[in-house]
Amino acid sequence: MLEVRGLEVAYGDARAVADVTLTVGPGEIVALLGPNGAGKSTLLKAIAGLLRPRAGTIRWEGEDLTRLGAHRIVERGIALVAEGRRLFGGMTLEENLELGAFAPRARSGLRRSLERVYALFPVLAERRRALVRTLSGGQQQMVAVGRALMSNPRLLMLDEPSLGIAPLLVRAILDALVEINRDGAAVFLVEQNVQAALGLARRAYILEGGRIAGEGPGADLLQDAHVRRAYLGPLALGAGP
Amino acid sequence: MSVLAQQLLLGLLIGGLYGLAAAGLSLVFGVLKVLNVAHGELIMLGGYGTFWLVTLLGLDPFASLALVLPLALAGGLALYWALFGFVVRADEETRVKNSLLIGFGLALALHALAVRLWTADERAVVTPYGGAVLGVGGLSIPLVRLLSLALAFALIAALHLLLRHWRWGKAIRATAEDWQAALLAGIDVRRAYLLAFAIGTGLAGAAGTLVSIGYSISPSIGLEWTLKALIVVVLAGLGSMLGTFVSGLFLGVAEAVSAAAFGGPYREVAGLVIFVLVLVLRPRGLFGR
Repeated sequence: MLEVRGLEVAYGDARAVADVTLTVGPGEIVALLGPNGAGKSTLLKAIAGLLRPRAGTIRWEGEDLTRLGAHRIVERGIALVAEGRRLFGGMTLEENLELGAFAPRARSGLRRSLERVYALFPVLAERRRALVRTLSGGQQQMVAVGRALMSNPRLLMLDEPSLGIAPLLVRAILDALVEINRDGAAVFLVEQNVQAALGLARRAYILEGGRIAGEGPGADLLQDAHVRRAYLGPLALGAGP
Repeated sequence: MSVLAQQLLLGLLIGGLYGLAAAGLSLVFGVLKVLNVAHGELIMLGGYGTFWLVTLLGLDPFASLALVLPLALAGGLALYWALFGFVVRADEETRVKNSLLIGFGLALALHALAVRLWTADERAVVTPYGGAVLGVGGLSIPLVRLLSLALAFALIAALHLLLRHWRWGKAIRATAEDWQAALLAGIDVRRAYLLAFAIGTGLAGAAGTLVSIGYSISPSIGLEWTLKALIVVVLAGLGSMLGTFVSGLFLGVAEAVSAAAFGGPYREVAGLVIFVLVLVLRPRGLFGR
């Protein structure tokens, strides 16, 4: 169970996230929606420990993570697939995956985790020795998800995993998320593709201007006229499901 | 003709040491984004370490490597804790600036310390086999310099294998590419920095040993070696240790060519010309990622 309470994150004087309170329960899929610049990535980075919050607390399974180093947070079972994938392009696909299991807790299960990732994304198994920068964008995104899985997370956070990827591969990645979730991990998802995100998520939060502007079950938000107008565009309103 | 060939050979032999000197600088710069301009002074200290072990304890200079290397590693740990560990907390742009200041200060301090301990005189380590020469096809190869080249290559090859196969070696490479991504993968990036800096210092110490055997040392050689290492790093680019070694050899030969063509005083010019040309034509270096 992830509990974020009164979180405030700032870059110098610019406040990016203000007074954010949210929870992600065990085994839940939760979506985080909002326009560009709303602070979604900042929020995920703060939870992952890459940014130090100015105020508020982040608790995970009863432990306070607020001042913990990012690599220790991975060790606690929270992994972030960052925006833009952030892979090690000059290293091979398998080296990237292995590095995902760097934390002591994950190292013992390295072989099993590798098999799990290759089972989830069979196309990666054929390209183990390829340098990551030679892979397609979609394959790279699979490696990014795979690397996060290698740490054996109980909470997987993803920042726009479908950005700039062929629709067919987006499907493969979203399907993988469902499967990962079925294996017991909670998923916290930032996604521009609102329809897809709300299709997966049981609950969703809406972040606007760094603050939580709405919260509810995914299906309800999908019907919400405000959300539809804001994030799905006028076409979606007219067409209807 | 044979004179030129002899010059080129000697250039190749010292080029191996340029490569070794550059490897440590390249590792530290590539991973920590810290430019340690006191790298040459660390080489100088390594040389005096061997000088002491040979003159005080009567050790064989090549065998002294077995002590100088671990001592330099430990010295690297201490330096990181005392000085450079603070620099890496800043963002990358500030790191380079701050490391330049710290590096210059450290270079001056180490130079003064060396003058105090060993006087400003030039020293060389003397061995019974120091004058031995291998004659091959009209060329004479100084035995100790040949051995030094072989050891330099062995150290670079060992570093290459460490970075490729050791768990922390991979972590160091990952940190060099993207330290935030390394954190997200669960790598203790500070530890990777510490290890890279210690290894870089260890290599500087080892290079110092080899310099003191085949050539000579004095407290003021630091700047010269920092510059050679810097030229090789620019020539090679970051990310390939074998490429750095090859670039060191190239600089050694280029200097010999320059000296042969334009006379001894122009030896150094070759490096500076290479430096400028590479920066203009191929800023990421010959082997850079």
